[in-house]
Amino acid sequence: MRMPTHLTGILLAALGALGSDIACAEPPESRQAELMHLLTQDCGSCHGLKRRGGLGPALTQEALKGKPAVMLREVILHGLPGTAMPPWNNFMSTQEADWMVQMLLEGRTDAP
Amino acid sequence: MRPDSRLMVFLSLAGALLVSACATPRGTGDLGIVIERAAGSVQVVETTTRTRLAQVSGLGDLSHASVVYSRDARYAYVFGRDGGLTKVDMQRRRIDKRIVQAGNAVGGAISQDGGLIAVSNYDPGGVKVFTADTLELVADIPAGSGDSARRSKIVGLVDAPDRRFVFSLFDAGEIWIADMRNPHQPRVQKFSDVGKLPYDGTVTPDGRYYIAGLFGEDGLALLDLWQPDKGVRRVLDGYGRGQEPLPVFKMPHMDYWAQSGGLAYVPAVGRHEVLMIDQKNWTESARIAVAGQPVFVIARPDGRQVWVNFAPPHNDTVQVIDTLSLSVVRTLKPGKAVLHMEFTPRGENVWLSVRDENRVDVYDTETLERVTSLLADKPSGIFFTARAQRIGQ
Repeated sequence: MRMPTHLTGILLAALGALGSDIACAEPPESRQAELMHLLTQDCGSCHGLKRRGGLGPALTQEALKGKPAVMLREVILHGLPGTAMPPWNNFMSTQEADWMVQMLLEGRTDAP
Repeated sequence: MRPDSRLMVFLSLAGALLVSACATPRGTGDLGIVIERAAGSVQVVETTTRTRLAQVSGLGDLSHASVVYSRDARYAYVFGRDGGLTKVDMQRRRIDKRIVQAGNAVGGAISQDGGLIAVSNYDPGGVKVFTADTLELVADIPAGSGDSARRSKIVGLVDAPDRRFVFSLFDAGEIWIADMRNPHQPRVQKFSDVGKLPYDGTVTPDGRYYIAGLFGEDGLALLDLWQPDKGVRRVLDGYGRGQEPLPVFKMPHMDYWAQSGGLAYVPAVGRHEVLMIDQKNWTESARIAVAGQPVFVIARPDGRQVWVNFAPPHNDTVQVIDTLSLSVVRTLKPGKAVLHMEFTPRGENVWLSVRDENRVDVYDTETLERVTSLLADKPSGIFFTARAQRIGQ
């Protein structure tokens, strides 16, 4: 079985983090380009190059409407146990994940 | 000769030249398609002198696109992510027909007799079947979980002998066989509880066994299509030996059944290993440690080598397994993001798509050296027309 259950932990962490603001420090431009590439190509493997979904759910601005940014960041960093969503925290920092969530919520596909 | 008759002679000569230039006969047996996933285009390539012949555009969102061929290898059917089904003429090198048949799709298959194209859909989950010549809908098979109305994403759709299509339900954990002998009224046989989250499936080259890889647990689901009433059985159950799986940053695939010397080679899920299955009794024969999470594990057509590519962060690497010594004999670093590999029909070369380098590399499988490279815009899948004659491809 490959279904550890840290979902509660993730939710608790997300709730705990709700009190604090999401860090909005922008990564340097070269890193932004790398992150956008990862978002399009690697996230795109499951969520679609155009974020319209695949094996994973759609990540379009519309699909994410109303979803708390902190929860999205925690899912990116720690994955979603019991599903195919892996933890990406070895690929990016918390601040970088926040920036990616911001790009997703704004529906941005271009690196600034 | 009067002036106007000279003009006539000139015109007919010019016409003959034009016709011969357009209609130079060329076979399609050494052709192939390279998907340019971000650009929504495909390249038509040839493997004899290893060149690009044409680029065909306007195929929509091609992330995770795959291709099957008509049995005469004249037409390629390209399945796009956006539900697009595009029939590409390999001789005229242009789109013959294109439809958008669903919101979100993942692949497809062509029937044994070449008359039907089946498409595997994520949204709405199910399989749609079209005529191969005109792409008209003949059957719609919505895939609910058991008798519930909740749709399931479809993966691992293949053709099988006796005019059947076989596929797996990702969310529902089921395998279905659709008997298409009456194309307008498919008869569906369903197998439930095959295992958690089947992520892909394939059929053995003889068309007898359908195998689905499981993402949600350690093991594979095996169905004998000669005796489907015996049901689905689990093979390599618990191959992880209770160890926590490693995170998987790209789903493995089961493109074509990789076999050599009675053994089948499959990717482990959540472990950096290739598993080997003894096809006589369907038990684990051995396992080979590799550089990362395997994505594609494919055998050279003669079975002498098995090539493996990997999920991020090891997707710059390709390893070659020698099937006599059962060991990795070469680790190649072709470049960033090696997404797919395809052997030429008899295996003297293998083509690799190296997405982030915007290149397709061609390797000699004997020397394991790069022979040449072709430019391509973010290439992903590579599909040669030799697939036209293979069951399950």
